[in-house]
Amino acid sequence: MKMIQCISPKSGGSLEVFGMDVDTHPREIKSRIGVVPQENNLDPDFTAYRNLLVYARYFGIPKSVAEERAESLLGFMHLEEKRDVLIEKLSGGMKRRLIIARALVNEPELLILDEPTIGLDPQARHLIWETLRGLRAEGNTLVLTTHYLDEAERLCDRLVIMDHGRILIEGAPAEIVREYAGNEVIEVERTEKTATLLDKLGVAYDVAGDMLQVFTDRADDIVGELLDLCRHEAAVTVRPATLEDVFLRLTGRSLRE
Amino acid sequence: MIECIQRVGRVWQRNLEAFLRTYRVNFIPPFIEPLLYLLALGFGLGTYIEAVDGVPYPVFIAPALVSISVMNSAFYECTYSSFVRMYYQKTFDAIIATPVSIDEVIAGEMIWGATRGVIYAGLMLPVLILFGVAAMPSSLLLIPFAFIAGLLFAGIAMCFTAITPSIETLNYPSFLFITPMFLFSGTFFPLELLPDAVRCAALAALPLTHVVEINRAITLEAVSAANLLNLAWIAVATTIFCSLAIRLMRRRLVV
Repeated sequence: MKMIQCISPKSGGSLEVFGMDVDTHPREIKSRIGVVPQENNLDPDFTAYRNLLVYARYFGIPKSVAEERAESLLGFMHLEEKRDVLIEKLSGGMKRRLIIARALVNEPELLILDEPTIGLDPQARHLIWETLRGLRAEGNTLVLTTHYLDEAERLCDRLVIMDHGRILIEGAPAEIVREYAGNEVIEVERTEKTATLLDKLGVAYDVAGDMLQVFTDRADDIVGELLDLCRHEAAVTVRPATLEDVFLRLTGRSLRE
Repeated sequence: MIECIQRVGRVWQRNLEAFLRTYRVNFIPPFIEPLLYLLALGFGLGTYIEAVDGVPYPVFIAPALVSISVMNSAFYECTYSSFVRMYYQKTFDAIIATPVSIDEVIAGEMIWGATRGVIYAGLMLPVLILFGVAAMPSSLLLIPFAFIAGLLFAGIAMCFTAITPSIETLNYPSFLFITPMFLFSGTFFPLELLPDAVRCAALAALPLTHVVEINRAITLEAVSAANLLNLAWIAVATTIFCSLAIRLMRRRLVV
């Protein structure tokens, strides 16, 4: 991500943004992208409004244009009331929204977001999702990294799952889920009885702690068998498969640090 | 080129605006401190001192107080304050995501440090005139020279900031470099009192000695050819330290 933003030197290969080489045209590229960093780096010496103005100035945007954009971006991000408030007085969600507003101040053709909703409460996350979907609907290109797979599922048209710097799979979220996890997931307690039954049915399953997971397109049949055998003994649940299932299947369950 | 200067100017402007927002705390201490020195040392202790090199003691230390103030304001701006912006506030990271490059950020920071030196010299000058310890109009030159001297200390400071592992370790240059320089740069007693070897070492290694000599020549209306040597020393050192600072910062921040 930092290499796309022309902040870190390229570690190898070739990299072009808007058809321009990152090594030779960093300034042109940077003037056309907006960046939402993971860490809050708003300027604590200024109010919300001044943060936008000062940032616009780094892009060489004329003052009158910057003032107009700053006002409308504060409105767009529901921050009008916090216009003249210093950064330290803003909540986490407001800071994130202001960072997104700041990233839009140069009307970027490409918006890069690094974990845009990390550490936010559900209301704040939904508000940010709403704005990002709004931007997408207007035809903006968004590139985002996230560990929240529900976020990826909601926001992405195209998704790449990476592990240890390598691309494992890519595609549309729904297609990826269908292909790698099936439609539904059956979760059943891990006992000798249930495992034997699944073996006998010839159904493949994953062991996830004290649960067995079956990824399948014919959940009804298998659940029927399971319930017949061990009703009242083992809890059986069925839910739609998610990206998280795909991710865990692909990258394993061991902690990665 | 013009665009590069503009971008450096925008970094500088950011610092100026932040400075003006809290102008009360920023203006008063640098104004009061040299005043206290002038009263306690110049007019207090100074009553026991007839004259230094034929000059009344308050007049002797006045240009040194300006020099020290310029040194402190530029040095502390580009060490502790720049470190806070770089490390804690991540202001540099935010700026380099825009068309402004890291070199321009550091240049803007150093020029801002020098500007602070100018502001403080400008604040002190009326006080010195009021006490009759600075000749006019030659002393007006203190102000433009404060920029040159300020840039020198800003460059040195930024080199330390680029290599310091934490904010605490900035205390080393503060106590081991700035404090001795404050005392042994011909500030409160003439350099000639020191043994020859020490005096030469001071001239070679303590930038403040050259700044004090020039400022003293300005306030005493005694500028001579010898000051050209001081100026040359400052010009060379400023160029070296400022470009070194940019290189070291690039090494630290471009990863």
